[in-house]
Amino acid sequence: MTAAVPVTLTINGETLTRLAEPRETLADFLRRDLGLTGTHAGCEMGVCGACLVMLDGVPVHACLTFAVQAGGGAVETVEGLSESAVIADLQRAFHERNALQCGFCTPGMLVTAHGLLVRKATPSREEIRDALSGNYCRCTGYEAIVDAIEAVARRRAAGETAAAFLEEPA
Amino acid sequence: MKARAFSYFRPATIAEALAAFAEAAGDASYIAGGQSLVPALALRLQAPERLIDIAHIPELRGISLQDGSLRLGALTRHVEAHDDPLIARYAPLLALAAPHVAHPAIRNRGTLGGSVALADPASEFPAMMLAMDAEMEIAGPEGARRVPAAAFFQDLYQTAIEPGELLVAFHIPAAHPQHRCAFDELARRRGDYAIVGCGAMLGLEGGLVEEARIALLSVGPVPVRARTAETVLAGGVLDAETIRRAQAALADDLDPQDDEQVPAAMRLHLARVLLGRLLGRIAEAS
Repeated sequence: MTAAVPVTLTINGETLTRLAEPRETLADFLRRDLGLTGTHAGCEMGVCGACLVMLDGVPVHACLTFAVQAGGGAVETVEGLSESAVIADLQRAFHERNALQCGFCTPGMLVTAHGLLVRKATPSREEIRDALSGNYCRCTGYEAIVDAIEAVARRRAAGETAAAFLEEPA
Repeated sequence: MKARAFSYFRPATIAEALAAFAEAAGDASYIAGGQSLVPALALRLQAPERLIDIAHIPELRGISLQDGSLRLGALTRHVEAHDDPLIARYAPLLALAAPHVAHPAIRNRGTLGGSVALADPASEFPAMMLAMDAEMEIAGPEGARRVPAAAFFQDLYQTAIEPGELLVAFHIPAAHPQHRCAFDELARRRGDYAIVGCGAMLGLEGGLVEEARIALLSVGPVPVRARTAETVLAGGVLDAETIRRAQAALADDLDPQDDEQVPAAMRLHLARVLLGRLLGRIAEAS
């Protein structure tokens, strides 16, 4: 066994130091050590996209990154994105469009959608589909997910902010 | 699906990285983006005693134009290959290939150096390095050396990099404005491994093909340069007849093997279809 080493990370705006074994993935670190279970562990080989988090501003697979590699970096998990309300409109649109069934893939879908809209304000449906190519939904909800992301891009382009959607839909 | 235990070291310089590897007596792996290495570790296909994280070495970064040649640090990420204006202008094959590499989140972390050093025969960037006549700059205990792409890819997952050596940068002859480039691949799903992929770079002058460079991926254990097809194209006009002859010439360039999914004859056929599409696209645009 290799000894745990201290890892310092900024997680959802808070800088903290924890011991982690070098072989511990960022996904396990978030889930087990910090209780941030919104980051889901699915395939654990970079295919399903359930574990996506924002690392230094871009979506990455938390299962394909060891926590020690992320040391010194800034991570935003779906909890952080949710609490800061930057994805409130995305969450609302997923709800409205029924863009989820079992919900397992949803955190990764939201992180991908957030990363996409940060990079490109009004992507085409083709671009949305391309961005989602690394996210698996085994309940077959893609069409509704594309609809939801497209709707948010349009609303934002029309000047509506994410914070306006903090209230639960009726 | 968990990696075997290893120790972790993050060097700040190439010299430190090389020393750390030597110290581990060969039982070490360099890691940068880790997008191929981490799954390999999780599946325990590899189980090094020590991981040397080269992602924070400034000497391995940077994109610059020097004396007509583009220097790309090995840590250049796939997403940068897609977005960087210098790459788009002077190494357009990389920018064209980038959207076909895995998925967006993988492209955010994966590095050109990692992809080329791994030399997966289904990878896009190794084949494009071959098409662009890139030179690989490699650092080792004996100092730095450069290896041309044609000598770099040796066999399945085998390159000219010796154990302990480190891929530092790519030197790519800058494309001229007369160069026309195209890339495409045939895959079952977006982002999946290509059944066959191809990049073409033609130097066009007054309607004539002055120079043709074509490389294919997923057609054998290493990326393949289509030298016969290139010869067919060079010096002629890029018309339908020439394109047909270039497609036919691929039989001399490729020697694909039957595998579980794709018979050799079908792979050759698909390579020809792809080359025809790319050359047609270039002819139409010029």
